[in-house]
Amino acid sequence: MIILLDLLPIVMLGAFLGMDVVTFPQAMISRPIVAATAAGAFIGNAPAGLIMGAILELLALEMLPFGASRYPEWGSASVVGGALYASAWGDPAGALVASLLAALLTAMVSGWSMVRLRRSNARRAASLKSRLDAGSVDAVTGLQLFGLTADLFRGAIVTFVAMLVFKPLTPAIISAWTVDARDSRAVVVAIVAAVAAGAIWKIFHSVPKARIVFVSGLVIGAFLVVTR
Amino acid sequence: MTATANARTSVAASLPRGIWIRMYLRLFAVQGSWNYESLIGNGIAFCMEPALRLLPGGIGGQKYSEALGRHARYFNAHPYFAGVAVGALARAELDGVPPALIERFRTALGGPLGSVGDRLVWASWLPLCSLIALSAFGFGAPPLLVTAIFLVSYNLGHFWLRAWGLQVGFKKGLRVADALGNPVLRKGPQIVGTAAALVAGLAIPLASSRLIGGGRSLAAGIIVVAMFGGVLFSRFGGRIEGWRLSLAILALFVFFSVIR
Repeated sequence: MIILLDLLPIVMLGAFLGMDVVTFPQAMISRPIVAATAAGAFIGNAPAGLIMGAILELLALEMLPFGASRYPEWGSASVVGGALYASAWGDPAGALVASLLAALLTAMVSGWSMVRLRRSNARRAASLKSRLDAGSVDAVTGLQLFGLTADLFRGAIVTFVAMLVFKPLTPAIISAWTVDARDSRAVVVAIVAAVAAGAIWKIFHSVPKARIVFVSGLVIGAFLVVTR
Repeated sequence: MTATANARTSVAASLPRGIWIRMYLRLFAVQGSWNYESLIGNGIAFCMEPALRLLPGGIGGQKYSEALGRHARYFNAHPYFAGVAVGALARAELDGVPPALIERFRTALGGPLGSVGDRLVWASWLPLCSLIALSAFGFGAPPLLVTAIFLVSYNLGHFWLRAWGLQVGFKKGLRVADALGNPVLRKGPQIVGTAAALVAGLAIPLASSRLIGGGRSLAAGIIVVAMFGGVLFSRFGGRIEGWRLSLAILALFVFFSVIR
Protein backbone atom coordinates (compact mmCIF):
# COMPACT_ATOMS: atom_id res chain seq x y z
CA MET A 1 0.00 0.00 0.00
CA ILE A 2 2.86 2.38 0.90
CA ILE A 3 4.60 1.52 -2.39
CA LEU A 4 1.40 2.29 -4.29
CA LEU A 5 0.96 5.68 -2.63
CA ASP A 6 4.65 6.39 -3.09
CA LEU A 7 4.45 5.72 -6.81
CA LEU A 8 1.05 7.33 -7.42
CA PRO A 9 2.25 10.79 -8.58
CA ILE A 10 4.78 9.27 -10.99
CA VAL A 11 2.23 6.73 -12.28
CA MET A 12 -0.29 9.52 -12.91
CA LEU A 13 2.35 11.57 -14.72
CA GLY A 14 3.35 8.53 -16.79
CA ALA A 15 -0.30 7.87 -17.65
CA PHE A 16 -0.98 11.41 -18.82
CA LEU A 17 2.27 11.81 -20.74
CA GLY A 18 1.89 8.35 -22.29
CA MET A 19 -1.48 9.51 -23.59
CA ASP A 20 0.02 12.66 -25.10
CA VAL A 21 2.15 10.62 -27.51
CA VAL A 22 -0.80 9.73 -29.75
CA THR A 23 -4.29 10.18 -28.35
CA PHE A 24 -4.55 13.49 -26.47
CA PRO A 25 -3.47 16.32 -26.84
CA GLN A 26 -0.26 15.58 -28.79
CA ALA A 27 1.27 18.81 -27.52
CA MET A 28 4.58 16.95 -27.19
CA ILE A 29 4.66 17.28 -23.42
CA SER A 30 5.57 13.61 -23.80
CA ARG A 31 8.91 14.47 -25.44
CA PRO A 32 11.74 13.27 -23.20
CA ILE A 33 13.17 16.74 -22.57
CA VAL A 34 9.83 17.73 -20.98
CA ALA A 35 8.62 14.40 -19.55
CA ALA A 36 11.87 13.38 -17.80
CA THR A 37 12.35 16.91 -16.43
CA ALA A 38 8.78 16.89 -15.08
CA ALA A 39 9.41 13.50 -13.43
CA GLY A 40 12.62 14.86 -11.89
CA ALA A 41 10.68 17.87 -10.59
CA PHE A 42 8.09 15.50 -9.04
CA ILE A 43 10.94 13.78 -7.16
CA GLY A 44 12.36 17.17 -6.18
CA ASN A 45 15.41 17.00 -8.45
CA ALA A 46 14.50 18.70 -11.75
CA PRO A 47 18.15 19.22 -12.87
CA ALA A 48 18.73 15.44 -12.82
CA GLY A 49 15.48 14.93 -14.73
CA LEU A 50 16.70 17.41 -17.34
CA ILE A 51 19.99 15.49 -17.78
CA MET A 52 18.03 12.27 -18.42
CA GLY A 53 15.62 14.22 -20.65
CA ALA A 54 18.41 15.62 -22.82
CA ILE A 55 19.97 12.16 -23.24
CA LEU A 56 16.65 10.55 -24.21
CA GLU A 57 15.79 13.50 -26.47
CA LEU A 58 19.01 12.95 -28.43
CA LEU A 59 18.01 9.30 -28.89
CA ALA A 60 14.38 10.16 -29.69
CA LEU A 61 15.39 12.40 -32.61
CA GLU A 62 15.77 9.25 -34.65
CA MET A 63 12.27 7.85 -34.07
CA LEU A 64 9.64 10.33 -35.17
CA PRO A 65 5.95 9.40 -34.72
CA PHE A 66 5.02 8.82 -38.37
CA GLY A 67 1.42 7.50 -38.68
CA ALA A 68 1.14 3.74 -38.44
CA SER A 69 4.89 3.13 -37.97
CA ARG A 70 5.97 1.35 -34.81
CA TYR A 71 8.11 3.39 -32.49
CA PRO A 72 9.13 3.39 -28.83
CA GLU A 73 6.75 5.26 -26.56
CA TRP A 74 8.92 7.96 -25.01
CA GLY A 75 6.35 9.64 -22.73
CA SER A 76 5.95 7.03 -19.98
CA ALA A 77 9.53 5.79 -20.52
CA SER A 78 10.97 9.27 -19.96
CA VAL A 79 8.95 9.61 -16.77
CA VAL A 80 10.43 6.32 -15.53
CA GLY A 81 13.99 7.27 -16.55
CA GLY A 82 13.72 10.77 -15.12
CA ALA A 83 12.22 9.58 -11.83
CA LEU A 84 14.84 6.85 -11.35
CA TYR A 85 17.80 9.10 -12.12
CA ALA A 86 16.43 11.93 -10.00
CA SER A 87 16.01 9.49 -7.09
CA ALA A 88 19.73 8.62 -7.16
CA TRP A 89 20.83 11.68 -5.19
CA GLY A 90 24.47 12.69 -5.56
CA ASP A 91 24.72 11.08 -9.02
CA PRO A 92 26.64 7.95 -8.01
CA ALA A 93 28.58 6.02 -10.69
CA GLY A 94 26.27 3.83 -12.73
CA ALA A 95 23.08 5.77 -11.90
CA LEU A 96 22.86 7.36 -15.33
CA VAL A 97 23.54 4.12 -17.20
CA ALA A 98 21.12 2.05 -15.08
CA SER A 99 18.34 4.65 -15.31
CA LEU A 100 18.83 5.05 -19.05
CA LEU A 101 18.72 1.29 -19.55
CA ALA A 102 15.47 1.16 -17.55
CA ALA A 103 14.00 3.99 -19.66
CA LEU A 104 14.90 2.27 -22.94
CA LEU A 105 13.46 -1.07 -21.81
CA THR A 106 10.29 0.75 -20.74
CA ALA A 107 10.10 2.55 -24.10
CA MET A 108 10.31 -0.80 -25.88
CA VAL A 109 7.57 -2.43 -23.77
CA SER A 110 5.42 0.69 -23.93
CA GLY A 111 5.73 0.82 -27.74
CA TRP A 112 4.52 -2.79 -27.82
CA SER A 113 1.59 -1.88 -25.54
CA MET A 114 0.56 0.85 -28.00
CA VAL A 115 0.32 -1.73 -30.77
CA ARG A 116 -1.88 -3.90 -28.52
CA LEU A 117 -4.08 -0.90 -27.77
CA ARG A 118 -4.50 -0.12 -31.47
CA ARG A 119 -5.60 -3.71 -32.08
CA SER A 120 -7.99 -3.50 -29.17
CA ASN A 121 -9.48 -0.29 -30.64
CA ALA A 122 -9.89 -2.08 -33.98
CA ARG A 123 -11.76 -4.96 -32.30
CA ARG A 124 -14.00 -2.47 -30.50
CA ALA A 125 -14.66 -0.61 -33.77
CA ALA A 126 -15.51 -3.91 -35.51
CA SER A 127 -18.00 -4.80 -32.79
CA LEU A 128 -19.67 -1.39 -33.19
CA LYS A 129 -19.55 -1.41 -37.01
CA SER A 130 -23.29 -1.59 -37.70
CA ARG A 131 -24.00 1.26 -35.27
CA LEU A 132 -21.12 3.35 -36.63
CA ASP A 133 -22.35 2.83 -40.19
CA ALA A 134 -25.84 3.87 -39.11
CA GLY A 135 -24.41 7.13 -37.73
CA SER A 136 -25.00 6.52 -34.03
CA VAL A 137 -23.48 9.44 -32.12
CA ASP A 138 -23.25 7.25 -29.00
CA ALA A 139 -21.15 4.69 -30.89
CA VAL A 140 -18.82 7.35 -32.36
CA THR A 141 -18.32 9.14 -29.03
CA GLY A 142 -18.17 5.88 -27.08
CA LEU A 143 -15.41 4.47 -29.30
CA GLN A 144 -13.42 7.68 -28.95
CA LEU A 145 -13.78 7.68 -25.16
CA PHE A 146 -12.91 3.99 -24.97
CA GLY A 147 -9.65 4.60 -26.86
CA LEU A 148 -8.73 7.62 -24.76
CA THR A 149 -9.46 5.86 -21.45
CA ALA A 150 -7.65 2.69 -22.49
CA ASP A 151 -4.58 4.72 -23.46
CA LEU A 152 -4.60 6.48 -20.09
CA PHE A 153 -4.71 3.11 -18.30
CA ARG A 154 -2.05 1.72 -20.64
CA GLY A 155 0.37 4.50 -19.69
CA ALA A 156 -0.43 4.06 -16.00
CA ILE A 157 0.13 0.30 -16.05
CA VAL A 158 3.39 0.57 -18.01
CA THR A 159 4.73 3.24 -15.64
CA PHE A 160 3.62 1.36 -12.53
CA VAL A 161 5.12 -1.97 -13.58
CA ALA A 162 8.35 -0.31 -14.77
CA MET A 163 8.76 1.55 -11.47
CA LEU A 164 7.94 -1.59 -9.51
CA VAL A 165 10.69 -3.50 -11.36
CA PHE A 166 13.37 -0.84 -11.75
CA LYS A 167 13.02 1.10 -8.50
CA PRO A 168 14.72 -1.67 -6.49
CA LEU A 169 16.88 -2.88 -9.42
CA THR A 170 18.57 0.46 -10.14
CA PRO A 171 20.11 0.88 -6.63
CA ALA A 172 21.24 -2.76 -6.80
CA ILE A 173 23.09 -2.07 -10.08
CA ILE A 174 24.57 1.15 -8.66
CA SER A 175 25.86 -0.62 -5.55
CA ALA A 176 27.64 -3.25 -7.69
CA TRP A 177 28.97 -0.72 -10.25
CA THR A 178 32.74 -0.80 -10.82
CA VAL A 179 33.48 1.56 -13.73
CA ASP A 180 34.51 5.13 -12.92
CA ALA A 181 31.60 7.66 -12.94
CA ARG A 182 33.25 9.95 -15.50
CA ASP A 183 34.03 7.10 -17.88
CA SER A 184 30.51 5.71 -17.50
CA ARG A 185 28.99 9.06 -18.39
CA ALA A 186 31.40 9.48 -21.34
CA VAL A 187 30.27 6.12 -22.79
CA VAL A 188 26.60 7.16 -22.55
CA VAL A 189 27.19 10.57 -24.11
CA ALA A 190 29.28 9.15 -26.97
CA ILE A 191 26.55 6.62 -27.81
CA VAL A 192 23.64 9.07 -27.75
CA ALA A 193 25.54 11.81 -29.59
CA ALA A 194 26.48 9.34 -32.35
CA VAL A 195 22.86 8.17 -32.65
CA ALA A 196 21.66 11.81 -32.74
CA ALA A 197 24.20 12.78 -35.42
CA GLY A 198 23.16 9.78 -37.53
CA ALA A 199 19.49 10.62 -37.01
CA ILE A 200 19.96 14.23 -38.05
CA TRP A 201 21.67 13.08 -41.20
CA LYS A 202 18.87 10.65 -42.00
CA ILE A 203 16.21 13.33 -41.51
CA PHE A 204 17.84 16.22 -43.34
CA HIS A 205 20.15 14.68 -45.95
CA SER A 206 17.64 15.43 -48.73
CA VAL A 207 17.46 19.14 -47.82
CA PRO A 208 19.63 21.19 -50.22
CA LYS A 209 22.90 22.40 -48.64
CA ALA A 210 22.08 20.51 -45.41
CA ARG A 211 25.57 19.01 -45.26
CA ILE A 212 27.41 22.32 -45.40
CA VAL A 213 24.94 23.97 -43.02
CA PHE A 214 25.22 21.11 -40.51
CA VAL A 215 29.03 21.15 -40.64
CA SER A 216 29.01 24.96 -40.20
CA GLY A 217 26.87 24.60 -37.09
CA LEU A 218 29.13 21.84 -35.85
CA VAL A 219 32.24 23.99 -36.23
CA ILE A 220 30.60 26.85 -34.31
CA GLY A 221 29.36 24.42 -31.63
CA ALA A 222 32.77 22.74 -31.26
CA PHE A 223 34.44 26.17 -31.10
CA LEU A 224 32.08 27.25 -28.31
CA VAL A 225 32.74 24.04 -26.38
CA VAL A 226 36.51 24.42 -26.60
CA THR A 227 36.68 28.16 -25.91
CA ARG A 228 33.99 28.66 -23.24
CA MET B 1 -38.66 28.71 -46.99
CA THR B 2 -36.51 31.65 -48.10
CA ALA B 3 -35.68 32.47 -44.47
CA THR B 4 -34.52 28.86 -43.87
CA ALA B 5 -32.40 28.92 -47.01
CA ASN B 6 -30.84 32.23 -45.94
CA ALA B 7 -30.07 30.83 -42.49
CA ARG B 8 -28.34 27.80 -44.04
CA THR B 9 -26.33 30.00 -46.39
CA SER B 10 -25.15 32.07 -43.43
CA VAL B 11 -24.19 28.94 -41.45
CA ALA B 12 -22.31 27.62 -44.46
CA ALA B 13 -20.40 30.89 -44.84
CA SER B 14 -18.98 30.71 -41.32
CA LEU B 15 -19.54 28.36 -38.43
CA PRO B 16 -21.14 29.71 -35.24
CA ARG B 17 -18.34 30.45 -32.74
CA GLY B 18 -19.47 27.86 -30.17
CA ILE B 19 -19.49 25.07 -32.76
CA TRP B 20 -16.11 26.13 -34.16
CA ILE B 21 -14.59 26.03 -30.64
CA ARG B 22 -16.12 22.60 -29.93
CA MET B 23 -14.72 21.23 -33.19
CA TYR B 24 -11.31 22.80 -32.53
CA LEU B 25 -11.09 21.29 -29.04
CA ARG B 26 -12.18 17.87 -30.33
CA LEU B 27 -9.35 17.99 -32.88
CA PHE B 28 -6.87 17.51 -30.03
CA ALA B 29 -8.41 14.06 -29.49
CA VAL B 30 -8.80 13.18 -33.17
CA GLN B 31 -6.52 10.15 -32.71
CA GLY B 32 -8.34 8.99 -29.57
CA SER B 33 -9.47 5.71 -31.12
CA TRP B 34 -6.63 5.29 -33.66
CA ASN B 35 -6.58 1.73 -34.93
CA TYR B 36 -5.19 -0.34 -37.80
CA GLU B 37 -8.59 -0.73 -39.50
CA SER B 38 -10.14 2.75 -39.76
CA LEU B 39 -7.06 4.80 -38.64
CA ILE B 40 -8.47 8.23 -37.64
CA GLY B 41 -11.85 7.74 -39.38
CA ASN B 42 -13.86 7.65 -36.17
CA GLY B 43 -11.94 10.68 -34.91
CA ILE B 44 -12.94 12.66 -38.01
CA ALA B 45 -16.63 11.87 -37.40
CA PHE B 46 -16.19 12.77 -33.70
CA CYS B 47 -14.71 16.18 -34.62
CA MET B 48 -17.31 16.95 -37.30
CA GLU B 49 -20.28 15.99 -35.16
CA PRO B 50 -20.99 19.48 -33.70
CA ALA B 51 -21.27 20.94 -37.24
CA LEU B 52 -23.50 18.09 -38.42
CA ARG B 53 -26.10 19.12 -35.82
CA LEU B 54 -26.81 22.07 -38.12
CA LEU B 55 -28.11 19.75 -40.86
CA PRO B 56 -31.88 19.75 -41.42
CA GLY B 57 -33.49 17.55 -38.76
CA GLY B 58 -30.71 18.16 -36.22
CA ILE B 59 -29.32 15.40 -33.98
CA GLY B 60 -30.86 12.08 -34.92
CA GLY B 61 -32.22 13.40 -38.19
CA GLN B 62 -31.73 11.29 -41.32
CA LYS B 63 -29.16 13.63 -42.89
CA TYR B 64 -27.24 13.86 -39.60
CA SER B 65 -27.07 10.07 -39.16
CA GLU B 66 -26.14 9.43 -42.79
CA ALA B 67 -23.35 12.01 -42.67
CA LEU B 68 -21.98 10.76 -39.34
CA GLY B 69 -21.97 7.17 -40.61
CA ARG B 70 -20.20 8.25 -43.79
CA HIS B 71 -17.37 9.94 -41.93
CA ALA B 72 -16.77 7.28 -39.25
CA ARG B 73 -15.14 5.05 -41.90
CA TYR B 74 -11.47 4.69 -42.85
CA PHE B 75 -9.55 7.94 -43.12
CA ASN B 76 -5.88 8.80 -42.91
CA ALA B 77 -4.27 12.19 -42.39
CA HIS B 78 -1.62 13.82 -40.25
CA PRO B 79 -3.38 14.63 -36.93
CA TYR B 80 -2.53 18.35 -37.09
CA PHE B 81 -3.88 18.56 -40.65
CA ALA B 82 -7.02 16.57 -39.87
CA GLY B 83 -8.72 19.92 -39.24
CA VAL B 84 -8.48 20.69 -42.95
CA ALA B 85 -10.48 17.53 -43.69
CA VAL B 86 -12.92 18.13 -40.83
CA GLY B 87 -13.61 21.69 -41.99
CA ALA B 88 -13.87 20.86 -45.69
CA LEU B 89 -16.08 17.81 -45.17
CA ALA B 90 -18.35 19.67 -42.74
CA ARG B 91 -18.74 22.46 -45.29
CA ALA B 92 -19.56 19.94 -48.03
CA GLU B 93 -22.22 18.30 -45.84
CA LEU B 94 -23.78 21.64 -44.88
CA ASP B 95 -23.75 22.75 -48.52
CA GLY B 96 -25.71 19.62 -49.42
CA VAL B 97 -23.06 18.18 -51.77
CA PRO B 98 -24.16 14.74 -53.08
CA PRO B 99 -22.83 11.84 -50.93
CA ALA B 100 -21.05 10.16 -53.88
CA LEU B 101 -19.03 13.34 -54.51
CA ILE B 102 -18.23 13.69 -50.81
CA GLU B 103 -16.96 10.07 -50.77
CA ARG B 104 -14.67 10.74 -53.76
CA PHE B 105 -13.41 13.98 -52.22
CA ARG B 106 -12.78 12.22 -48.91
CA THR B 107 -10.75 9.49 -50.60
CA ALA B 108 -8.64 12.03 -52.50
CA LEU B 109 -8.00 14.23 -49.47
CA GLY B 110 -6.33 11.77 -47.08
CA GLY B 111 -3.01 11.16 -48.87
CA PRO B 112 -1.91 14.79 -49.33
CA LEU B 113 -2.88 15.70 -45.75
CA GLY B 114 -0.71 12.85 -44.48
CA SER B 115 2.38 13.59 -46.55
CA VAL B 116 2.31 17.39 -46.08
CA GLY B 117 1.93 16.98 -42.32
CA ASP B 118 4.64 14.34 -42.02
CA ARG B 119 7.16 16.48 -43.89
CA LEU B 120 6.30 19.78 -42.22
CA VAL B 121 5.64 18.68 -38.65
CA TRP B 122 7.30 15.33 -37.85
CA ALA B 123 10.34 15.69 -40.09
CA SER B 124 10.94 19.45 -39.74
CA TRP B 125 9.15 21.41 -37.02
CA LEU B 126 9.44 18.85 -34.22
CA PRO B 127 13.19 18.18 -34.73
CA LEU B 128 13.87 21.94 -35.01
CA CYS B 129 12.11 22.74 -31.72
CA SER B 130 13.75 19.77 -30.05
CA LEU B 131 17.20 20.88 -31.24
CA ILE B 132 16.58 24.48 -30.12
CA ALA B 133 15.72 23.16 -26.64
CA LEU B 134 18.85 20.97 -26.67
CA SER B 135 20.94 24.02 -27.64
CA ALA B 136 19.45 25.96 -24.73
CA PHE B 137 20.34 23.01 -22.49
CA GLY B 138 23.87 23.06 -23.91
CA PHE B 139 24.18 26.77 -23.13
CA GLY B 140 23.37 25.97 -19.50
CA ALA B 141 19.70 26.99 -19.32
CA PRO B 142 17.83 25.76 -16.20
CA PRO B 143 15.13 23.02 -16.42
CA LEU B 144 12.13 25.36 -16.49
CA LEU B 145 13.58 27.49 -19.28
CA VAL B 146 14.57 24.50 -21.45
CA THR B 147 11.12 22.93 -21.20
CA ALA B 148 9.40 26.30 -21.72
CA ILE B 149 11.46 27.00 -24.86
CA PHE B 150 10.47 23.64 -26.32
CA LEU B 151 6.79 23.71 -25.36
CA VAL B 152 6.13 27.32 -26.34
CA SER B 153 7.97 27.21 -29.68
CA TYR B 154 6.51 23.84 -30.68
CA ASN B 155 2.96 24.55 -29.63
CA LEU B 156 2.79 27.97 -31.27
CA GLY B 157 3.06 26.08 -34.54
CA HIS B 158 0.90 23.19 -33.34
CA PHE B 159 -2.08 25.21 -32.05
CA TRP B 160 -1.96 27.58 -35.02
CA LEU B 161 -1.82 24.74 -37.55
CA ARG B 162 -4.90 23.02 -36.11
CA ALA B 163 -6.84 26.31 -36.08
CA TRP B 164 -5.69 27.26 -39.60
CA GLY B 165 -6.65 23.83 -40.91
CA LEU B 166 -10.18 23.97 -39.54
CA GLN B 167 -10.64 27.54 -40.73
CA VAL B 168 -9.28 27.05 -44.24
CA GLY B 169 -11.02 23.70 -44.64
CA PHE B 170 -14.41 25.16 -43.83
CA LYS B 171 -13.82 28.29 -45.90
CA LYS B 172 -12.68 26.46 -49.04
CA GLY B 173 -14.82 23.31 -48.82
CA LEU B 174 -14.29 21.12 -51.88
CA ARG B 175 -11.70 23.61 -53.20
CA VAL B 176 -9.41 23.07 -50.23
CA ALA B 177 -6.66 21.56 -52.41
CA ASP B 178 -5.76 25.18 -53.37
CA ALA B 179 -4.88 25.87 -49.74
CA LEU B 180 -2.44 22.96 -49.67
CA GLY B 181 -0.45 24.77 -52.34
CA ASN B 182 0.26 27.52 -49.78
CA PRO B 183 3.96 28.56 -49.98
CA VAL B 184 4.40 27.87 -46.24
CA LEU B 185 3.41 24.24 -46.82
CA ARG B 186 5.43 23.84 -50.02
CA LYS B 187 8.65 25.63 -49.02
CA GLY B 188 8.30 25.28 -45.24
CA PRO B 189 9.88 21.83 -44.82
CA GLN B 190 12.95 22.90 -46.79
CA ILE B 191 13.46 26.17 -44.90
CA VAL B 192 12.78 24.61 -41.51
CA GLY B 193 15.01 21.65 -42.45
CA THR B 194 17.92 23.94 -43.30
CA ALA B 195 17.51 25.82 -40.02
CA ALA B 196 17.30 22.51 -38.13
CA ALA B 197 20.51 21.23 -39.76
CA LEU B 198 22.33 24.37 -38.54
CA VAL B 199 20.88 24.14 -35.02
CA ALA B 200 21.70 20.41 -34.94
CA GLY B 201 25.36 21.21 -35.62
CA LEU B 202 25.32 23.57 -32.63
CA ALA B 203 23.16 21.48 -30.32
CA ILE B 204 24.99 18.15 -30.43
CA PRO B 205 28.43 19.39 -29.25
CA LEU B 206 26.97 21.86 -26.74
CA ALA B 207 24.53 19.35 -25.22
CA SER B 208 27.22 16.63 -25.16
CA SER B 209 29.60 18.99 -23.40
CA ARG B 210 27.07 19.81 -20.67
CA LEU B 211 26.15 16.15 -20.26
CA ILE B 212 29.81 15.22 -19.73
CA GLY B 213 29.99 17.98 -17.14
CA GLY B 214 33.36 19.66 -17.74
CA GLY B 215 36.71 18.68 -19.20
CA ARG B 216 37.31 20.30 -22.58
CA SER B 217 39.62 17.60 -23.92
CA LEU B 218 37.19 14.83 -22.95
CA ALA B 219 34.31 16.78 -24.48
CA ALA B 220 36.25 17.38 -27.71
CA GLY B 221 37.25 13.70 -27.86
CA ILE B 222 33.67 12.56 -27.38
CA ILE B 223 32.40 14.96 -30.04
CA VAL B 224 34.91 13.53 -32.53
CA VAL B 225 33.96 9.94 -31.59
CA ALA B 226 30.27 10.81 -31.83
CA MET B 227 30.61 12.40 -35.26
CA PHE B 228 32.58 9.41 -36.53
CA GLY B 229 29.93 7.10 -35.04
CA GLY B 230 27.19 9.25 -36.55
CA VAL B 231 28.70 8.97 -40.03
CA LEU B 232 29.04 5.19 -39.64
CA PHE B 233 25.51 4.93 -38.29
CA SER B 234 23.98 7.00 -41.09
CA ARG B 235 25.88 5.01 -43.73
CA PHE B 236 25.47 1.49 -42.39
CA GLY B 237 22.79 1.78 -39.72
CA GLY B 238 19.76 1.43 -41.99
CA ARG B 239 18.99 -2.04 -40.70
CA ILE B 240 18.96 -1.26 -37.00
CA GLU B 241 17.41 1.61 -35.10
CA GLY B 242 19.83 3.67 -33.01
CA TRP B 243 17.89 3.34 -29.78
CA ARG B 244 17.88 -0.47 -30.08
CA LEU B 245 21.64 -0.45 -30.70
CA SER B 246 22.08 1.85 -27.68
CA LEU B 247 19.96 -0.51 -25.59
CA ALA B 248 22.12 -3.48 -26.55
CA ILE B 249 25.41 -1.63 -25.87
CA LEU B 250 24.17 -0.29 -22.53
CA ALA B 251 22.98 -3.75 -21.45
CA LEU B 252 26.44 -5.16 -22.23
CA PHE B 253 28.06 -2.23 -20.42
CA VAL B 254 25.95 -2.82 -17.30
CA PHE B 255 26.77 -6.52 -17.43
CA PHE B 256 30.48 -5.78 -17.78
CA SER B 257 30.57 -3.21 -14.99
CA VAL B 258 28.56 -5.25 -12.50
CA ILE B 259 30.18 -8.67 -12.89
CA ARG B 260 33.84 -7.77 -13.42
